[in-house]
Amino acid sequence: MHLSRRSLLAGAGAALLAPRCGHAQAVQAPVASGRTVNDSAGRVVPVPAKVTRVFPAGPPAAILLYTLAPDLLIGWPRAHRADECVYMLPDVCMRPAVGRITGRGNTANLETVLALKPDLILDIGSVNDTYISLADRVQQQTGIPYALLDGRFDRTTDAYTALGRLIGREAAGAAHADYCNKTLATITSRIADVPRERRPRLYYARGPRGLQTGGKGSINVETAELLARNVADELPGGLANVSLEQVLLWDPDVIVTIDRDFAASVRNDPTWRPVRAVREGRVFLSPSAPFGWIDFPPSVNRMIGLWWLAKILYPEKFAEDMTALTRDFYSKFYHVTPTDAQIAQILTGAA
Amino acid sequence: MTRSALPGFLIALGVLVAGLLLAFTVGRYPVALGDLLQVLVAKITGQAGSVPPAVESVIWQVRGPRVLAAVLVGAALAVAGTAFQGLFRNPLVSPDILGASSGAALGAVFGIFLSLGVFAIQFFAFLGGLVAVAAVYVIGSAVRSRDPILVLVLTGVVIGALLGAGVGLLKYLADPYNQLPAMTFWLLGSLAAANVSDLVPLVGPVALGTVVLIALRWRMNAMSLPEEEARALGIATGPLRVAIVAAATLTTSASVATAGIIGWVGLVVPHLARSLVGPDFARLVPASAILGGGYLLLIDTLARTMAPVEVPLGILTAVVGTPFFIWLLANVQKTWS
Repeated sequence: MHLSRRSLLAGAGAALLAPRCGHAQAVQAPVASGRTVNDSAGRVVPVPAKVTRVFPAGPPAAILLYTLAPDLLIGWPRAHRADECVYMLPDVCMRPAVGRITGRGNTANLETVLALKPDLILDIGSVNDTYISLADRVQQQTGIPYALLDGRFDRTTDAYTALGRLIGREAAGAAHADYCNKTLATITSRIADVPRERRPRLYYARGPRGLQTGGKGSINVETAELLARNVADELPGGLANVSLEQVLLWDPDVIVTIDRDFAASVRNDPTWRPVRAVREGRVFLSPSAPFGWIDFPPSVNRMIGLWWLAKILYPEKFAEDMTALTRDFYSKFYHVTPTDAQIAQILTGAA
Repeated sequence: MTRSALPGFLIALGVLVAGLLLAFTVGRYPVALGDLLQVLVAKITGQAGSVPPAVESVIWQVRGPRVLAAVLVGAALAVAGTAFQGLFRNPLVSPDILGASSGAALGAVFGIFLSLGVFAIQFFAFLGGLVAVAAVYVIGSAVRSRDPILVLVLTGVVIGALLGAGVGLLKYLADPYNQLPAMTFWLLGSLAAANVSDLVPLVGPVALGTVVLIALRWRMNAMSLPEEEARALGIATGPLRVAIVAAATLTTSASVATAGIIGWVGLVVPHLARSLVGPDFARLVPASAILGGGYLLLIDTLARTMAPVEVPLGILTAVVGTPFFIWLLANVQKTWS
């Protein structure tokens, strides 16, 4: 743990120090193809004639791009450790840290971005004035087309369609969009007849004590709220700290967590015993390799998590084999086919 | 100070008792007063009560430890603040003046950055506080000056700023989806997660530090005299200063490790206690402890009841503390003498 975190620090440091290499070349805008694509903000983004290198503005964009066109990915917002690359194409996974130009805190330097000579900058996430103005500014400063796509989970289909058009791989984009569309349609239609008040009451637990949760409409509980009732839906969106008393009061039927420490300790923790979900053994640790299935980064990695969650919440309605679903998703989106033993390992939520 | 301190002590005790009663009976999970009494009686007599187990769990496992933690943390910060205000002969001093909070913050943020468990994070925070103050003290003492106190304070400010930069760097490098929110929550201070096992590492250092400070309360009076006069009275100012700083740092680091950064308590409560019992440290230290416990308990009760979301303690103490402090400045200046 120590060493690997240190290498993460070193990687981030290297990203900060890297911009030297490109200073001699003049800034050259990519050759435009004459075509344009409207991104999710309604911005008109010129499509480059040939896309060979794409700079991801943040982790969700990097994952989206990796799933569709790993060869185009310049690098990752942060460097991966070798053990994180088991379920990804090793050479792509080990590409360098390039920082991020959006989200909370910029770690990429615009000169670094230019030096990497991308044909396109891809961002996916919240579409609001902050990010729209950031996109406009970066595009104007660098001359590189900057596409901002809507990162909401139920818009994943549109994101793939738009990305396919932006990088000139419409067919592949349409195939991924189709997979997401079918998954969403299948799962939501099968539970459509379950009225809201009959849906399980779910508490989403984060943090080592399990006392951070996502409020109504927060990006952290998008998939959970598609299938279940979020007990914390009286809270405004975003992450919040709550007290154990509040959780006892909510008395959720199911707890889904992304924290291994919490998942390991909660079953034997007397303070949590009165909670229905704990008493009934309904605490589930989300798989997290190579990316989280439920929450972060908030990208297409949550699509397989939707199946997982659906099977947990409505076992009688979803007879599909989780191993087969996982193998299919990983080979289509992560470009690797894990063995059954690996899938069993992934499903335990272990690293 | 000639007036009796008894009424002042009674007021402080009244705040604490009222705080305890209120804290045990209100909360997000409804607990009726009858159930509370029944659970208490059942515990004392050893008989099984007829109260639902969830209610019992709330009282013993959730609310009880948290109430106790709030009292301990409040008392610790108030006593440390009182000691430092006396030691530095300055009413604007708070327990974090020598970098205890900044050191603890860096320790905790580092622990979160490494994705460690709760206890490791708390341990790093505790250690960070101790190491930071030790460093400040060593550096401050190494600088030769006619005013060692001033040098110490300035060193504390400078080292605190450096540690703050360290916190900033780790936040910058942290994973924005998982680690950054955890760091932010921690830095705002909260007792939301306090449980029985948290009390063990909290009670020891807080009790030790507080006992030392209460034992030194007579000599602390001499510390508020100019250095030469104190020496003339036969007080070894150097060792005494080390003892006070060490004891105050122990209590501050332990409370910050449990509760995160909670400002204002160590600044406001000593003034309030002074207005109740006067500036004599023999009375001021115990009064601050009692009042600090009651004060933070009331604030924490507010923090956990006013909304389904936990309101960060650091924010509440500032919102409550600022107008309160201004009022104090305007009205009770005369008691600082």
